[in-house]
Amino acid sequence: MELTLGPVAYHWSAMKKLDFYARIADEAPVSTVYLGEVICSKRAPFFEREMPQAIERLQRGGKRVVVSSLAEVMLNRERQATADLADSNDFEVEINNAAGLYARGKRPHRVGPFLNAYNETTIAWMAGQGATHVCLPTEMPATAVALAAKAAQGLGLGVEVQVFGRAPLAVSARCYHARAHNRTKDNCQFVCEDDPDGMPLATRDGTAILRVNGIQTQSESYIELLAELDELRGMGVTHARLLPQDVDMVAVANAFDAVLSGRIAPAEARAQLGQGCPDVSFSNGFFYGEAGYRHIQRRAAG
Amino acid sequence: MTAEDFSKAGELVCPAGTPAALRTAVDAGADSIYCGFRNATNARNFPGLNFTPEELQASVAYAHERGSKVLLALNTYPPAGKVDLWREAAEHGMRAGVDAFIVADMGVAQHIATTHPGARLHLSVQAAASSPEAIRYYCENFGVRRVVLPRILTIPEIKQIKRDIPCEIETFIFGNHGLMVEGRCSLTNWMTGLSTNMDGVCSPAADVTYDREADGSMSSRLAGFTIDRFAPEETAGYPTICKGRYNAPHRPDGYYAFEEPISLNLGRLLPDLMAAGVHAFKIEGRQRSKSYVRQVVSAFRRAVDDIREGQAPDIGDLVALTEGQKETQGAFKTKKWR
Amino acid sequence: MTTMQTLRPVPRGAGLPSTALRMALQPVLRRVVRRIAARHPEMFARIAPYQKADFLIVAKELPFALHLRPDPDAPVMRAVPKSPLPPCDAHIEGPFMLLLNLVDGESDGDAAFFSRDLTISGNTEAVVSLRNALDDVDSSIAQETADLFGPPGRAVLGLLRRRGAAA
Repeated sequence: MELTLGPVAYHWSAMKKLDFYARIADEAPVSTVYLGEVICSKRAPFFEREMPQAIERLQRGGKRVVVSSLAEVMLNRERQATADLADSNDFEVEINNAAGLYARGKRPHRVGPFLNAYNETTIAWMAGQGATHVCLPTEMPATAVALAAKAAQGLGLGVEVQVFGRAPLAVSARCYHARAHNRTKDNCQFVCEDDPDGMPLATRDGTAILRVNGIQTQSESYIELLAELDELRGMGVTHARLLPQDVDMVAVANAFDAVLSGRIAPAEARAQLGQGCPDVSFSNGFFYGEAGYRHIQRRAAG
Repeated sequence: MTAEDFSKAGELVCPAGTPAALRTAVDAGADSIYCGFRNATNARNFPGLNFTPEELQASVAYAHERGSKVLLALNTYPPAGKVDLWREAAEHGMRAGVDAFIVADMGVAQHIATTHPGARLHLSVQAAASSPEAIRYYCENFGVRRVVLPRILTIPEIKQIKRDIPCEIETFIFGNHGLMVEGRCSLTNWMTGLSTNMDGVCSPAADVTYDREADGSMSSRLAGFTIDRFAPEETAGYPTICKGRYNAPHRPDGYYAFEEPISLNLGRLLPDLMAAGVHAFKIEGRQRSKSYVRQVVSAFRRAVDDIREGQAPDIGDLVALTEGQKETQGAFKTKKWR
Repeated sequence: MTTMQTLRPVPRGAGLPSTALRMALQPVLRRVVRRIAARHPEMFARIAPYQKADFLIVAKELPFALHLRPDPDAPVMRAVPKSPLPPCDAHIEGPFMLLLNLVDGESDGDAAFFSRDLTISGNTEAVVSLRNALDDVDSSIAQETADLFGPPGRAVLGLLRRRGAAA
């Protein structure tokens, strides 16, 4: 099973992204890196000029590069961006909205986690339309992942599952970052840039629960499936996705790589991860078909 | 078949959570009624709600005898291994003689399109198709004849979409105002372990508690997480995560981070929506009572009839039925809503 | 509906101590619930998981509360003291006319909840199931109950409805 790095969900500055990808290119044990703006079309211009440079840098580091498309396509600029990306022959594309599928036609593409590939029938349909690889929705339980992976494998598709990072829980047309600052989306002044790991929301009694990232809502805790990697591999999942958080992602990738290659036990890797992500709690409930925020203690292997 | 063969422009699409509510909607003047089975195959899989196959059959007969249509919601996403439940539901729907299926999942759409080539498919709001390209994808691949638009577009944007698509448009005009893009929301699953997409639930009642606090306020909780706290006389909303009050670094005193309890009411915009090319008007509320169905359907029946006769519609007062006792025109009126 | 509190309390049983009133009511309530259960068997499928659940229905103006267990084989409806209330799975509280209208499908439970006229606690799913089961009954349960008692029953219901409408 290969490790991948998913697209950065946050509005990081161009400089921060360039530094980030340079380090990933040189040091992170991931085979594939997805980049591109998936959440907010207003942010895209800030990295447009630098993106080819980042791609080139990653490729020089031996990474396979895939460009991901927007999850929500409504405005003309979003339609245009999606069509342009779908038309590209320069790199592989991961599509996150049916508008992208329409523009791509039967040319090969990857299916992103926002396209709701929940079952074998849908995956078979997508394969028939040119999909080569599918990233399953983050909320799918292991029972369904196993069957979807089997189906995808039978069709010759790569299958990917998120194993690290905040869970993407919802998207909206409204920008909640702007709303928190009494602004509208059109007049947001890019206030989301102040929160490189999302803006925390706590319940009225003080329990941290969600993160706001522009139009997206994420979980407070990070998904972490170190102890489940072996089972995922057994199911036929070919790629494990790490979502970039504002922590040392090289260290995160190293921890997952060490478990995948059998160098250390999941518990040890988890301890390392905890050190690299202070003040973060971890969840794996979705995998077990439980409430996502929960952390289920995995029984000893056997 | 052209749109006019199925229904006249201004079709009133009304909710029913029980056979009694369906009959109420028919009697109140619904052109069509949407409903679902008592399982995960639709997005209102709530306790005590919905139809058995036998109830659907009898209900379709009741509606057809009175000139109304029945649309079956199969608008959730089957997880791998459970696809058969959705296929069986489609079979039951065919046997009951429903007039259309409302679908979201590509696999479900393709299954019905190939197994029952004559069946009429509507694209659910759960498919989140909000651009001409996305809508055309479903039209060209599965023969979708109508799209239910997400509640995130302004009327000029709807008008622009209509010019570029080969199918009818249905928009919500009244009821619960979903804030998240439908079909892309896992908030409930994060808190409860039940998924809106896979299980058809949103803030499942089994996980909801209402607690009276020492200061006389009422807290609504979902799986133990406090969603909101209401002062004694303060109006309330559904205990959904997207209608809750939270604290943020810039908002230490708690605020409605997503939306306050409020309902959509586009009564005054109906003529504009029709002029923009909207074919069908949808009333939300399969989880609501017959009383709600009777009042809302009657009011909008009169309004649509008035418009058809060239008069200004009088929608009356429905605010007592709304969440938080407040109404909004949401995204339809202005981009500033976003 | 918030003006319901200004209504005079509904039947107080001519000054009977509330225990005696409850005792007097029990056979009547038993007859009512059995009759409703017999006439609307379809209702029970909608509350299948909660047929053994104990609901307490508290009308603000009444001197007693109602205990309901929607068990098709042994339906229970009886008057119980308001203080202390016996233990239950779910508790529904509101003005009498509102509760009557909800049972009859004349009011919307969600709207009554939004306006805070209706309070629920305990097992929310049980309450929602009961509400949906009752809402699928086409005829008026209040009317059927009144009919059980002939012209006097109908007269009482008529009086209640006029009072409710005037409020």
